[in-house]
Amino acid sequence: MSATQASPSAFAASLRHARHVVTGNAVTGLAFAMFFLFLLCAAFGPLIAPYDPLASNTAIALQPPSWAHPFGTDQLGRDILSRVVVAARLDMTVAIASVALVFALGGLAGVAAGFFGGWTDRVVGRIADTIMAFPLFVLAMGIVAALGNTVTNIVIATAIVNFPLYARLARAEAAIRREAGFVLAARLTGNSELRILLTQILPNILPIMAVQVSLTMGYAILNAAGLSFIGLGVRPPTPEWGIMVAEGASFIVSGEWWVALFPGLALMLAVFCFNLLGDGLRDIVDPQRRS
Amino acid sequence: MSATTTDNPPLLEIRDLTIEFATRAGPVQAVRQVSLGIRKGETVGIVGESGSGKSVTSYAVMRILDRAGRIAAGSIGFSGIDLPGLPEREMRDLRGREISMIFQNPRAALNPIRAVGRQIEDVLIRHAQATRATTRARAIEMLEQVRIARPEERYHAYPFELSGGMCQRIVIALALACGPQLLIADEPTTGLDVTTQKTVMELVTELTRARGMSTLLITHDLGLAAAYCDRVVVMERGRVVEDAPAQQIFRAPQHPYTRRLLRATPRPGARLPDLLPEGEAPPVEAPEATPGPVLLDVINLVKEFPRAGSGGLGSWLRRGPALPPARAVDGISFQIRRGESVGLVGESGCGKSTTSMMVMRLLERTSGSIQFDGQEIGAIAPRDVTRSALRRRIQMVFQDPTDSLNPRYTAGRAIADPILRLGELRGAGLEDRCRELARLVGLPEALLGRFPHQLSGGQKARVGIARAIALNPELVVLDEPTAALDVSVQAVVLNLLQDLKLRLGMSYLFVSHDLHVVKLLCDRVIVMRQGRIVEQGPTGQVLNQPAADYTRALLAAAPAAP
Repeated sequence: MSATQASPSAFAASLRHARHVVTGNAVTGLAFAMFFLFLLCAAFGPLIAPYDPLASNTAIALQPPSWAHPFGTDQLGRDILSRVVVAARLDMTVAIASVALVFALGGLAGVAAGFFGGWTDRVVGRIADTIMAFPLFVLAMGIVAALGNTVTNIVIATAIVNFPLYARLARAEAAIRREAGFVLAARLTGNSELRILLTQILPNILPIMAVQVSLTMGYAILNAAGLSFIGLGVRPPTPEWGIMVAEGASFIVSGEWWVALFPGLALMLAVFCFNLLGDGLRDIVDPQRRS
Repeated sequence: MSATTTDNPPLLEIRDLTIEFATRAGPVQAVRQVSLGIRKGETVGIVGESGSGKSVTSYAVMRILDRAGRIAAGSIGFSGIDLPGLPEREMRDLRGREISMIFQNPRAALNPIRAVGRQIEDVLIRHAQATRATTRARAIEMLEQVRIARPEERYHAYPFELSGGMCQRIVIALALACGPQLLIADEPTTGLDVTTQKTVMELVTELTRARGMSTLLITHDLGLAAAYCDRVVVMERGRVVEDAPAQQIFRAPQHPYTRRLLRATPRPGARLPDLLPEGEAPPVEAPEATPGPVLLDVINLVKEFPRAGSGGLGSWLRRGPALPPARAVDGISFQIRRGESVGLVGESGCGKSTTSMMVMRLLERTSGSIQFDGQEIGAIAPRDVTRSALRRRIQMVFQDPTDSLNPRYTAGRAIADPILRLGELRGAGLEDRCRELARLVGLPEALLGRFPHQLSGGQKARVGIARAIALNPELVVLDEPTAALDVSVQAVVLNLLQDLKLRLGMSYLFVSHDLHVVKLLCDRVIVMRQGRIVEQGPTGQVLNQPAADYTRALLAAAPAAP
């Protein structure tokens, strides 16, 4: 196919386009820069961190930020900067894994519901309604408490809580395209219904789903941190932003603000970054913008 | 009307107007040094194909350019006022009271959740043309003036309850409510049926003439401009190429572009090759039609749709007998022979598209028989059609070339799709076939790697046609294949279709609302109305000596360039 022949240049064009999106909009550029910083921490956290995040030294407990410890130390004398950097890996893993899971399941279920209609639609719709009927964070708490206190279960709980968002969005977008000319044309050129679903409908709603991904990514991080904050999921002494905020909270009253502030700031920036990323991501995956 | 005296100063005067749009590739000039004037009481048409800058010019007059666009140079004067320099507050007073506008899609121009009478009142109150006490009477008077039957009742109607033609009349009522001096009509009848177009245009002409208003009619349709304008301005790629009285433009066009445009417009007496620019090779000369054996035989085909609200809880709660289902196609019979092209003509809602969808097996029929090459295909369920052997032999070209191409497939991939699914060619053979098809439909090979949004309307239409003929089908259903195209592109595409038919020996079912276009391509014509066939027969006979009144009305309503 001529399309495959042209793939090296198509790849170059995609790169050029991505560069345009990142450099064309300062906010998107900033979001991507922050995203890569977080990814860097997640990938090489233990190597970058100046100290061992678990090594306690009560002699230097609760020291304010200094050159030796830019984010200060906690009640056990552990370096907070190291802990914040190392925690990125766990928090990002939970967020990405749960979003990937819900993207695949919710997206497929929603697209099938919108495209096939009928019983598929009713079943998916009622499942989504049932999940929406609960306060989402309480539901996530319940799932983790019932399934067991592990990171895997946090991922599953976060994915389930986000399911309606994905399923409903994908359903609406698929239903709009169900009668589109190119879908009818695909039917006439001998594509089976399943193939139409996967090659005609799904790729065309990816741009919209991409925005949803980055929005829920922020929410997934908050959800995971929130569960740890109330004592579900990750246990101390594992470095994790939610736990660190929870541990630091009791010291704010006594004036040791840095213990809770820095992990909280990391959490806030991560959520902020993912929300900003949404627009940029949409521009990259949308072929209409590529001209 | 054309007797406007020369000492009558222009009401609207545009001088050397240049409009720039900021794009990724730098500023692009959409309108370049355009000058034109409209005198009081005059109707001026701006004619041009898509991208000629005709709409942008009118947006600049109304100061409703989108944010990327700006007036780079030139002036727009409206009865002595400099419009580009006017503060937004004063401009807002001017819009609607002095200059008003009618848009292409009347349904989109109306607020869907507000009764139409209230919408007219809003305009009147905004411009202090009526007090609370008198608005209602004024609004009903306006509805009367645009000939809405039972205006007191329709005052409470919502846009969705009215037909497209009625919605456009409401929009006209809105535009004229405050008695403006200038009306800008941007493609006011595109998307309306020809008979509706005629009544709407006559209404506009009559109302504006009675009020001594000036009108700027923006259209792609030379015939429409010829019928309703005193003067015509022809625009091409942002420039005015000709500006002359309507009669003169059509009798003695000066600019080569005007001549090309006139040539490309389907008109009585013209044959297909006449539409192409002079000197361009006409397609293979049509040999005397020798219809072969019957290929498609449709007998008593019926399609019923359940009425809204019937079935489910609604009908269970409602008392009395259930409404009978609506018959979109009401027992029609026709035949298509091998190598023949048959036109299926009618206005929107006549059932022509429903018929073509049933022939394509994209839609279940209610009753009746569809025989293809002696084999009953009506019983094949739409969901099984993909797997039937029939799929290779009947293909379709869709109305909207943009909507019918997957935005994520390159042109080459779209053309290859039927071969990948239903054919045997793979690898190098497939690539060769795609290139051959591209050559056949006149699509430059270099464009095969492009995505639909990187192609022009005509190029997309070619991709759609190449995809339909990829498997050498015997019957191709063409559903308004040129409705979304400019006339010059339409001329080329129609010639291409004719050429392909002669070379490949296909049969066509050509669905269209435009009798002039059907006449060019078809051997026989079927005229449909409200699900029934009103008339069918050889093209020449139906168009020259129509037997049915409806066919005569259709023919009379279609505006034609003289």
